[in-house]
Amino acid sequence: MDQLILSSDRYARLWEGTQITLGVLAASFVLGVVLSLLFGVMRLSDRRFVRGFALAYVEFARGISSIVLLFIMAYAVPILFGLPQENVFILASVALGLNMGGYGAEIIRGAIESVPKGQSEASVALNLTNMQRLRFIVLPQAMRVILPPMGNLTIEILKGTALVSLVSLSDIAFRIDLFRTNAALAETRTPDWILYLNALVIYFVIAQIINGIFRYFERRTNAKYESRNRPLPASDVAPAGMVK
Amino acid sequence: MTTTALAPDMTDSRSWWQKPRNVAIVAGVVVFLAVLGWLGTRDLTFTTDVQPDGSTSFDWAFFWSLVPDMLNAMTVTAWATVTSFVVALVLGLFMALGRRSTMKWISWPVTAFIEFIRSTPLLVQLFFLYYGLPSLGIVLGPLQALTIGLGVHYATYCSEAYRAGINSVPHGQWEAATAMNLKPSTTWTRIIIPQAVPNVLPALGNFLVAGFKDAPLGFTVGVTGLMFFATTIQARYFRPVEPYILIGIGFLLVSLPAAWLVRRLERYMSYERI
Repeated sequence: MDQLILSSDRYARLWEGTQITLGVLAASFVLGVVLSLLFGVMRLSDRRFVRGFALAYVEFARGISSIVLLFIMAYAVPILFGLPQENVFILASVALGLNMGGYGAEIIRGAIESVPKGQSEASVALNLTNMQRLRFIVLPQAMRVILPPMGNLTIEILKGTALVSLVSLSDIAFRIDLFRTNAALAETRTPDWILYLNALVIYFVIAQIINGIFRYFERRTNAKYESRNRPLPASDVAPAGMVK
Repeated sequence: MTTTALAPDMTDSRSWWQKPRNVAIVAGVVVFLAVLGWLGTRDLTFTTDVQPDGSTSFDWAFFWSLVPDMLNAMTVTAWATVTSFVVALVLGLFMALGRRSTMKWISWPVTAFIEFIRSTPLLVQLFFLYYGLPSLGIVLGPLQALTIGLGVHYATYCSEAYRAGINSVPHGQWEAATAMNLKPSTTWTRIIIPQAVPNVLPALGNFLVAGFKDAPLGFTVGVTGLMFFATTIQARYFRPVEPYILIGIGFLLVSLPAAWLVRRLERYMSYERI
């Protein structure tokens, strides 16, 4: 109990592991968001084929276990398609991103459906292209509904990045496990549970930071939305006589 | 004037356990779980007589020869999911009640624990239980570590669902219970929980499916489930493609119908409520 803290040398190695964890997280987050947007919009397409394809992807990505997908990506895909197997970082990020995209697409779809239909109709009336309608009218309003579940999903992906240690990427979980197996060589023996507790705390801190970032953006989008709905100043309100 | 027919529930005075259909469902579930418990606790070794053909990247004969072992491994994973989900359901309810407690010294640590478990990876939690705890003198077997790890992890999710369900019970129900001078224990068991739980059943069903997808992580602590099967085959025959594709298909075959059932339950529940 006297030493909950590890040596600074070990923290330096854990910091390297943290960078790998954050790298995988960032790569899979970017891919996940792109896939979410793409398939979330495709799920609402007018064409049956496009809708069906998006549904198939979403069901696949949500139905398969992330760990199985990761192992298929890291071991089976390179052999089947003749890809270089050395680049585990990219393969692992793609696996996690594919997984995130399935859940994210459902979030985006729900959020787009929550925007009142009149908004889309108005933008059609204003002769905006489909892209403009999505970019300037629908998504900014859907953002309020997207952000809270997206924050939770990002934390789920952070938890998922621990799995990459199993395909021998040296992230936090990998390095902590290495400390345990190398413990016999170390001069001072740290109890194993303290090692794992340290790893858990690092993950917890990262999750809280992600949470804070999403809270900040939630507050910003909400503030924008509130200001737009503020009652008009008195001078802009039509005189009582003009109202039918 | 014709008399309006009463809804079936209003003419039927039988309790839910007196209706044959419900009894059949419960009996079916019990038999299924008993068989699963019997199948899922066997000692398994994974091997096949078919030697893979090294010249192709995907050998169909080898693939089909793996199917029986995969099904055996599936029962282990499914049984581990069921046992840990029972832990999650019970523990989650207590966590939800603890978090709601008006006593700060109960609610604060419970809240902190829930937040901590929810935002840290299950993998490291399993390592903590299996490799970390022996240094404190607590030694857990593989299946015990997985059941506790997965159970506690999903208990925190379930507790959030329960909390939402409890909050969704109208305030008047509490006031009526107070007006009728019911004890707090009676209020909880007879008034609040019976109304809160049906609302959260679909959410709990989703967690069951999600738990099934996390259960193969048990291979890191030596539970002979699906991932254990695949890694064993990979190490023994140097063939990663077939076993991993096979368990991927196995997963989809179980979790897609399960997710579909949960969605049906969701629709049925919202229909019942209207």
